[in-house]
Amino acid sequence: MSSAAMDPHVEELDEHSITIFGFWIYIMSDCILFSTLFATHAVLMPNFFGGPTPKELFSMPFVLIETFLLLTSSFTYGLAMLAMHKGKSVQVINCLVITFLLGVGFISMELYEFHELITEGNGWQRSASISSFFGLVATHGFHVTLGLIWMLVLMWSVWRFDLTKQIKTRLTCLSLFWHFLDIIWICVFTVVYLMGAIAT
Amino acid sequence: MLGKLTWDSVPWDNGIVMGAVSFMAAVVIILALIVTRYGKWRYLWNEWFTTIDHKKIGIMYILVGFVMMLRGFSDAIMMRSQLAIAASAPGYLPPEHYDQVFTAHGVIMIFFVAMPLVIGLINIVVPQQIGARDVAFPFMNSLSFWLFVVGMALVNMSLAIGDFARTGWLAYPPLSGIANSPGVGVDYYIWSLQIAGIGTLMTGINFFVTIMKMRCPGMTLMRMPIFTWTALCTNILIIAAFPVLTVTLALLTLDRYLGFHFFTATAGGDQMMYVNLIWIWGHPEVYILILPAFGVFSEVVPTFSRKKLFGYTSMVYATGVITILSFSVWLHHFFTMGSGANVNAFFGIATMVIAIPTGVKIFNWLFTIYRGRLQISLPIMWTLAFLSTFTIGGMTGVLLSVPGADFLLHNSLFLIAHFHNVIIGGVVFGMFAGYSYWFPKSFGFMLDEKWGKRGFWLWVIGFYLAFMPLYALGFMGMTRRLNHYDIDTGWQPLLMVAMAGAVSIFLGIVCQIIQLYVSIRDRDLNRDLTGDPWNARTLEWSTSSPPALYNFPFTPVVDGIDAFWAEKQKNPVRPKETRPYVDIHMPRNTGAGFIMSAFALFFGFAMIWHIWWLACVGVLGILFTFIHRSFETDVDYYIPAAEIEATEKLRSYNV
Repeated sequence: MSSAAMDPHVEELDEHSITIFGFWIYIMSDCILFSTLFATHAVLMPNFFGGPTPKELFSMPFVLIETFLLLTSSFTYGLAMLAMHKGKSVQVINCLVITFLLGVGFISMELYEFHELITEGNGWQRSASISSFFGLVATHGFHVTLGLIWMLVLMWSVWRFDLTKQIKTRLTCLSLFWHFLDIIWICVFTVVYLMGAIAT
Repeated sequence: MLGKLTWDSVPWDNGIVMGAVSFMAAVVIILALIVTRYGKWRYLWNEWFTTIDHKKIGIMYILVGFVMMLRGFSDAIMMRSQLAIAASAPGYLPPEHYDQVFTAHGVIMIFFVAMPLVIGLINIVVPQQIGARDVAFPFMNSLSFWLFVVGMALVNMSLAIGDFARTGWLAYPPLSGIANSPGVGVDYYIWSLQIAGIGTLMTGINFFVTIMKMRCPGMTLMRMPIFTWTALCTNILIIAAFPVLTVTLALLTLDRYLGFHFFTATAGGDQMMYVNLIWIWGHPEVYILILPAFGVFSEVVPTFSRKKLFGYTSMVYATGVITILSFSVWLHHFFTMGSGANVNAFFGIATMVIAIPTGVKIFNWLFTIYRGRLQISLPIMWTLAFLSTFTIGGMTGVLLSVPGADFLLHNSLFLIAHFHNVIIGGVVFGMFAGYSYWFPKSFGFMLDEKWGKRGFWLWVIGFYLAFMPLYALGFMGMTRRLNHYDIDTGWQPLLMVAMAGAVSIFLGIVCQIIQLYVSIRDRDLNRDLTGDPWNARTLEWSTSSPPALYNFPFTPVVDGIDAFWAEKQKNPVRPKETRPYVDIHMPRNTGAGFIMSAFALFFGFAMIWHIWWLACVGVLGILFTFIHRSFETDVDYYIPAAEIEATEKLRSYNV
C-alpha cells in the first residue's frame, strides 16, 4: 500500500463503461441460455412421433421476409446509434420508430406463423420435435418483445429528457441487445428453418 | 378466482406439518411484535430492507442462510430418526411425507443454506479485499438478495399451503412431470428455484464486473487475494451454469403447464435430456459452492500460520483449472444411464483429473502450515477439520469416478456419504471458518471462542458418527431415499450410530447459537478496536471493524500480494493520517428491489396455484417498478469530506 496523496478525480469510476461491460456479460449468459435451447432442439428435432417434419411445416419465403424485417431493423438501429453519436435526438427517435415498427412486423409474422401451426393441429402438443421448435423460436420472440418494450421506454426518454449520458448508455445497451437478437435469429434461421428444410 | 387454491390445500390433519407451521408462524409473529413494540419498522426499512450496502446485504444473506440451516437440519434429523426406528416397522413418517422431507432437505441445504452463505461472504468480503467502495451494480445486488428471499419464502410456504415436491432435489422427469406429480409440489420447486436462480445469475454478473472493473490501483489480477480469485471463478461458473438451470426449469414448466413434450414419456420427449441438462448446471454448482470455501482456507491458513501462502500462482491456476474442468464431468452423475463404455471412460477420467488441482491446493495449504507458527483459533480449527475430512471425501469421490465401481455404488448410501463428506467437510466447514474469521470485521467484536470450540468438536465428531456408517451401509447395499427396511438387513445398528451423529451435530448447532448469544452479550469485553484482530494480510483488515459505509476513506493503492501485511512490516506503528479528506460518491438506498421482489412473490405464488390474474399483477408490478426506478434521478449522493473526517477521527488507529 502506498500513502501517496490521490487525485480525487481518479476515484470517480467510469459508470458508462462498467454498465456496458456488465451488459456484455449478461449477453454472454443469454448466449448460453440460447445454446441450451439450440442443443435441446438438436436432440428433439428428429423426434417427430408420427407428426410432420420441418419441411412440411414451414413456408420458407414467409420466414425469409420475417428475417429481412429483423435484419433491416438492426440496420435502422445502427442509424439511430450514428445519430446518437452526432447528438441528433429527433433523428434518433425517428430511427427508433422505424426499428420499432420493423420489430413489431417481425413479431406479428412470428405470431401469425404460430397461429397457423396451432390451427393446423401442429401445435407443441403434437410432438417433441415441434415442442423444441416452439421452445427455441418463442424464447427468441419473447426477447424481441422485451426489446420492443425497452425501445418504447427509451424513445419516450429521449423525447422527454434528450440525450443525457445515462440515456446514451441505455441506448448502447439496447443496441447490443438488438444486434445480439439478430445474430441469434440468423442461427435460428439457419439451424431451424434452412437445415430443417434440407433434412428429411 | 383463486385457481387451484382451496381451504383443503392446507394439511390441517397432519400433526407434524401443522406443528412446524405453528412454530414458524409463532416465531414470525413474536418477531413482528418485538419490532412493533420497539418501533423499529422504520429502522428496518431504512437501514436494511432498502439497503444497497454490500456489507449489510451480505449479513442478511448469511442470516437467512443460518436460519434456513435450522429448517434443513430439522428435515435431516427427521430422516435420521425415521430410519433409526423403521426396521421392519413403518416408523413415524409415511412415505408421501418422507419423500417431501428428503426433497426439501436437499433443495434447502443447497439453494437456501450453502448458496446464501457463500454469496453472503462474497458480498461482505470481495469489495473490501479489492479496495472498492461497493459493487458494480448496487441496486441489482439488493434485487438479487430479495429475489433469493422470495425463493426461500416460497419453499417455506409450501409447508403450510399445499405440499412440496416428492421427487428428490433435482426433480427428474417423468416423476416430476404432470402425469406423475399432478399436485403443486413440483410447481413450488420450479418457481422457488427459478426466482432465486435469476437472483443468483444477477449476483454472478455483478461480482464478475466488480472484480474485473473496480479493483484499486495497483491490484493486478495476480495480486488479488485468493478469496477474491475463487469468488471470481465462482461468478464465472454462475454466469455460465445458471442460464442452463433457467432453461431446464422453464422447459419443465412448459411440459407441466402447457403440454409441451420436452421430457414427457410420450410424443418423443426425452427424459435423459433433463438429467443431462440439470447436471450441466448441477456439477458446476458444487464448484460454485466449494471454490469460495477454498478461498476462505487460503486466507485463514497464511494468517494463522504467520507465513505467506505457499504457491500463490499454483493456487490461482488450480482454481482456474477446476473452473474449466467442472464443465467436463457432469455425466459422472449418471454413468448407469447407458451412454456406452467410451463416453463413461471420458467422463470418469475427466473426474479423476479434477483431483489433481484439488490436490495441489491441499498441499499448498499443508506447506503453508509447515514450519509456520500455527495459532490455534476457531477459523484455523475449522480449516484443519476440513483438510482431513475433505481429503476423505475427495478420495471416495475418485472411487465413485470409476464407472465400474459406480455401477455398484450408484444411488446407494455410499454416494450420500460421499457428497455430505465434501459438502459438509468442505463448504460448511469453510463457511464456519469464514464466519468466525470475518465476524469481527462485520460487527466490531469477536466471537466467543469457548462456545465456538464446543460447537466445533460436537460438529466434527457428529459429522464422522453420522456419515462414516453411511459408507458401510452403502457397501451393505442400502439405497438412498428408503423410507423403511427389513430388520434382517442388519442395517439398524449403523443407522442408530448415524442418528447419534445427527444428535451430536444438533448439540453443536445449539452451542453455536449460544456462542452467538454470549458474543453479543459480552460484546463490550471483546471489541475489536484495531480493525485487524488476527494480524492478517489483506486489505479488508486495513479499515476499521465494522468498516464505514464507504469502506475506505481513501482508495488504497497496492504494489504486491498481501500489501497490507507488507505495509505493517515496513511501519509497525500505523502512521497518522495526514491526507486531506475528499467527498465520497455513494449510491442512495432504494426500496425498488424489495418492491419488485414482493411482486415476484405474488407472481410465483400465483403461478403455482394457477391464479392467472394475480400472475399478471405480479409481472406488471415488476415491469412498472423497474421502469419507474430507471427514471429516478436522485440515485446517488456525496458524503461530505467533513463527515468522513469526523468518522475517521474516531478510529482508534487515528486517535
